[in-house]
Amino acid sequence: MKKLSARRRHPLAAVVVLLLALAATGGLYAAFAPAGTAKADETAQSLAIEEGKKLYSVGCASCHGTGGQGTSDGPSLVGVGSAAVDFQVGTGRMPAQQPGAQVPKKKTIYSQAEIDQLAAYVASLGAGPITPTESQYSPDGADIAKGGELFRTNCAQCHNFTGEGGALTYGKYAPNLEGVSPKHLYEAMQTGPQNMPSFPDTTMPEKEKKDIIAYVQAVNGEKADSPGGLSLGGLGPVSEGLFAWVFGLGALIAVAVWVAAHTAKAKKS
Amino acid sequence: MSTVTDTKKAPAGERVADWADGRLGIYTLAKANMRKIFPDHWSFMLGEICLYSFLIIILTGVYLTMFFHPSMNEVEYVGPYVPLQGQLMSEAFNSTMHISFEVRGGLLIRQIHHWAALIFLAGMFVHMMRVFFTGAFRKPREINWLFGFLLFFLGMFTGFTGYSLPDDLLSGTGVRFMQGAILSVPVIGTYLSMFLFGGEFPGGDFVARFYSAHVLLLPGIMLGLVVAHLILVFFHKHTQFEGPGRTNKNVVGMPLLPVYMAKAGGFFFLVFGVIAVIAAIASINPIWALGPYRPDQVSTGAQPDWYMGFAEGLIRVMPGWEINLWGHTLVLGVMIPLAIFPAVLAAIAVYPFIESWITGDKREHHIAQRPRNAPTRTGFGVAWITAYMIMLIGGGNDLWATHFHLSLNSITWFVRIFFFVGPVIAFIVTKRICLGLQRRDKDKVLHGRESGIIKRLPHGEFVEIHEPLSQGELHRLTAHEQYDAAALPPAVDENGVERKIGRMEKLRVKLNKGYYGGDSQIAKPTVEEYKEIQSGHGHH
Repeated sequence: MKKLSARRRHPLAAVVVLLLALAATGGLYAAFAPAGTAKADETAQSLAIEEGKKLYSVGCASCHGTGGQGTSDGPSLVGVGSAAVDFQVGTGRMPAQQPGAQVPKKKTIYSQAEIDQLAAYVASLGAGPITPTESQYSPDGADIAKGGELFRTNCAQCHNFTGEGGALTYGKYAPNLEGVSPKHLYEAMQTGPQNMPSFPDTTMPEKEKKDIIAYVQAVNGEKADSPGGLSLGGLGPVSEGLFAWVFGLGALIAVAVWVAAHTAKAKKS
Repeated sequence: MSTVTDTKKAPAGERVADWADGRLGIYTLAKANMRKIFPDHWSFMLGEICLYSFLIIILTGVYLTMFFHPSMNEVEYVGPYVPLQGQLMSEAFNSTMHISFEVRGGLLIRQIHHWAALIFLAGMFVHMMRVFFTGAFRKPREINWLFGFLLFFLGMFTGFTGYSLPDDLLSGTGVRFMQGAILSVPVIGTYLSMFLFGGEFPGGDFVARFYSAHVLLLPGIMLGLVVAHLILVFFHKHTQFEGPGRTNKNVVGMPLLPVYMAKAGGFFFLVFGVIAVIAAIASINPIWALGPYRPDQVSTGAQPDWYMGFAEGLIRVMPGWEINLWGHTLVLGVMIPLAIFPAVLAAIAVYPFIESWITGDKREHHIAQRPRNAPTRTGFGVAWITAYMIMLIGGGNDLWATHFHLSLNSITWFVRIFFFVGPVIAFIVTKRICLGLQRRDKDKVLHGRESGIIKRLPHGEFVEIHEPLSQGELHRLTAHEQYDAAALPPAVDENGVERKIGRMEKLRVKLNKGYYGGDSQIAKPTVEEYKEIQSGHGHH
């Protein structure tokens, strides 16, 4: 104490006290910061919900009802969560063009900011799967081979070996997964859009979803290569058979016609 | 042959030939066959495509056997293909991955082998149809037709066993399909399946068993049949189309040596080249993308190679009927397709015998017919192809659905209905087209070819000038013979006794009338008709 009282009039004492005070405030701020941002977010969130509700009334309410309660033309959106909205609107499936066996993927008409607002509004109707963050869906470092095994076990029966898509009953189908972003793949597994079953984290943990995304990216993404040459759509023996008939036998018959047309002739002169 | 007294030595080549002749009799063989004549027509080379692709399959297959391990022991994949690293798989799959990614030229050879197999079967199909539509299966070639049919039939199963060897998810599903078909056989199905797989499916045996069938048993039989097929072609001589100077007793064409040896040899390399190019640019059966077989996994789009697509279609469109009796299940949904499959193939195989019974013609035929001149047969053939193709649509119904945005169920119903209705429509339409073409031929013979030149007569009428056909063309269009429809003999014979006519004979005559009756062929122009028309020159 003696030392402290002896130096309390030191010229730098004020600086030290200031630093301590700053550290204390900073520390306290850091300790309570999450609550602080949440508070700030809440306002942003309510703003987003507000904006989302406006977008919803224009683009969605005619089928899903003014309060998302659903009508005869569209299901209730209470409890579908923001992930479902982000997937459906982000891939252009919603707003739907027309009712039918299945709503196809098309050009996205909302910006990501608008989609987020819509998602916020729909999420406010009832708790549901939340839009994943990049750390959740990013396939970096995932086990591709394990993903392949999981894919063949859970996905291939509708989406084909490498996600080329396949037919379901009465005009429904499992779409081609080529060019689908990791986020949308994750959300599809999470929410089970349209005819797809959902794979919540309780049945398929986040890590397995990442593995599957990594596999799909490896075999059907932009960087996927086909070591054997043209993949012929990756559809298996039907396209191979068609190719063999049209180009294989077709070329051989053309060659046969050419050979037969060039017969040996006794040359004079 | 040289004699001991020769002072000057014969050239080396001659001495070798003499040596061989003394032991193999090659001079007599060469004398008899070197000048063997073959007629020229592109469609006569379809069989060659089959022969050469068969040889290519054998050559590439031998290479593949050096690296393939027909074993189902489980191993972990440690090869270079990342998306499978660490996965458990059978040695068969592992070695096929090794062939594809590590053996020099392995993937190319594998793809040549597989593409050549598809082309071999497609070639045999087209070759068979050529023989069918030109009536080249008639006496004396019925046995050779059966040899050819057997080659196609065995080729399907050789292909199927080969497709199953890599033990990938696609082929494993195909083997499971086959096992299901075996299980549906009443009473003995389960025993057969246990016998074939050495226990419950999939067991640890089937790859080794399929391997011996694929590389030894089936190709061995096929090789024998190919040789027999070729010997019979030599023995019967090749058929030829109608033309000036061509009769049922001669063959007009080029000699085997040197012309056909050169052509056939060159054609072999062309076939090899085309298949190699296709194998180099297009992937086939990418097992790395399919993954190893596990009975708990399956993929959509699981189809067999095209030649088994017919069977796949039958199973896909058949309603899943079953009968449960006394604790046993009769799986009609699988059993009926399993019965229809060989029945449809047999229909085309036995056709030559049915036709020769209907016509009652016991003569030899060495002239290939033009399809239009046998409308009922052509109609039947097109009907058969139609049924076959409709079942191929059924076999690929899921891809039709996704690629043409159709409902899978509608396609299935279309196939169910048109498997029966389609052939009938095809038969009627084809027969009509054939008769139309016969009429056209008749018209061309009598009135000449339309020249496209319009002439205005002095009184203002416009007429088109018809150019008379050349003598050769006239011959070609009128040389075919036409049967007269058979008729039953009078019901009572000359003594007033009722004649006994068997039911089969009545059926035969009825069918014969269908084949050659009034509205089933157009009587070809007679010389009198021709002369009469030609004498009134300038008119039409």
